[in-house]
Amino acid sequence: MKKYKSILINPIFNENPIAFQILGICSALAVTSKLETSIVMSLAVIFVLSLSNWAVSLIREHIPGSVRIIVEMTIIASLVIIADQIIKAFAYDVSKQLSVYVGLIITNCIIMGRAEAYALKNPPLQSFLDGIGNGLGYTLILIVVGSVRELLGSGKLLGYTILPVQTEGGWYVPNGLFLLPPSAFFLIGLIIWAIRTWKPEQIEES
Amino acid sequence: MIEHYLSLFVKSIFIENMALAFFLGMCTFLAVSKRVETAVGLGIAVAVVQFITVPVNNLIYHHVLKEGALAWAGLKDVDLTFLGLITYIGVIAAMVQILEMTLDKFVPKLYNALGIFLPLITVNCAILGGSLFMVERNYNFGESMAYGLGSGVGFALAVIALSGIREKMRYSNVPKGLRGLGITFITVGLMAIAFMLFSGIQL
Repeated sequence: MKKYKSILINPIFNENPIAFQILGICSALAVTSKLETSIVMSLAVIFVLSLSNWAVSLIREHIPGSVRIIVEMTIIASLVIIADQIIKAFAYDVSKQLSVYVGLIITNCIIMGRAEAYALKNPPLQSFLDGIGNGLGYTLILIVVGSVRELLGSGKLLGYTILPVQTEGGWYVPNGLFLLPPSAFFLIGLIIWAIRTWKPEQIEES
Repeated sequence: MIEHYLSLFVKSIFIENMALAFFLGMCTFLAVSKRVETAVGLGIAVAVVQFITVPVNNLIYHHVLKEGALAWAGLKDVDLTFLGLITYIGVIAAMVQILEMTLDKFVPKLYNALGIFLPLITVNCAILGGSLFMVERNYNFGESMAYGLGSGVGFALAVIALSGIREKMRYSNVPKGLRGLGITFITVGLMAIAFMLFSGIQL
């Protein structure tokens, strides 16, 4: 039982896919200008990641080594198509804002990386939990970055006003830089700095 | 006419730079930019693959997947756009494989120089992203060629520039927790701000 718990918890702080493994950064930067899109994107990634890990792990003993990438790609692509169609059906506005980035979950290195590094060597249940754990680690960073950017950039969270903006009679002057993509780089850089100060064993040499 | 393609080409290099404006291909962008040499190899590989796959996917989209595109086969109401993702990634994987074999046979020198980067390109989001943007913006065949080449060159430019900065940075005294990944992120952020200057240019 304890083993399962550590599989689930470990990727959130100790081996965070974004801050430690450098996986899946593209989408983390591009969709975080609002909290809502970050949450939808995270849910899609958790869905695809856990199920693809589980599916790859189920057939891991039957896949010949030379074609495994193509087999994994097919599984992942099918799951992403499902997620894409579900988002289009139930949250059409969000799917417009996410634009091509839902499709790009296919090439999100977290999913490929976990399938290669974990699911090919471990039984289905553990792989499934590993998928959820890594998905949660990804979610954590996305939600932190997304809420900071939306709060400081437009004074809102999920569309509700938190800091009344000056143009609407409030006191807060929004910082437009946070709505621009480069701010995500700075925020993730600072998050990495914070995590590594907290857990010095992650510090890289050179 | 040629002006239109030229401006699309320049736009996709600078204004809509794959790496610094859309953050595509970030994983490889960060992982392979430690040395200038490897960055040049990766940049060339991405540009070549992008130049081939975007026009090929464009042909497939317009003649097979688009709604009503199968009219030539007598299937007028068939809409296969939902198969897009899996088709594009299949095309990309196949193209990378073919390119790998061709290079191995005819230009072994370049093949050895590119090494591991060629197969890795299959999972580079910049490549798939190029095809998806091409579909989203409804480019025709000529435009897709200009766009494919431009976005590939843009990615190469960005990765080579970052690797140059990182090589210099090895001699500077960075705070401990920021070393490696952290400072790279902040560097890329500054580069992205610099590239945003281009966004005011009208072409």
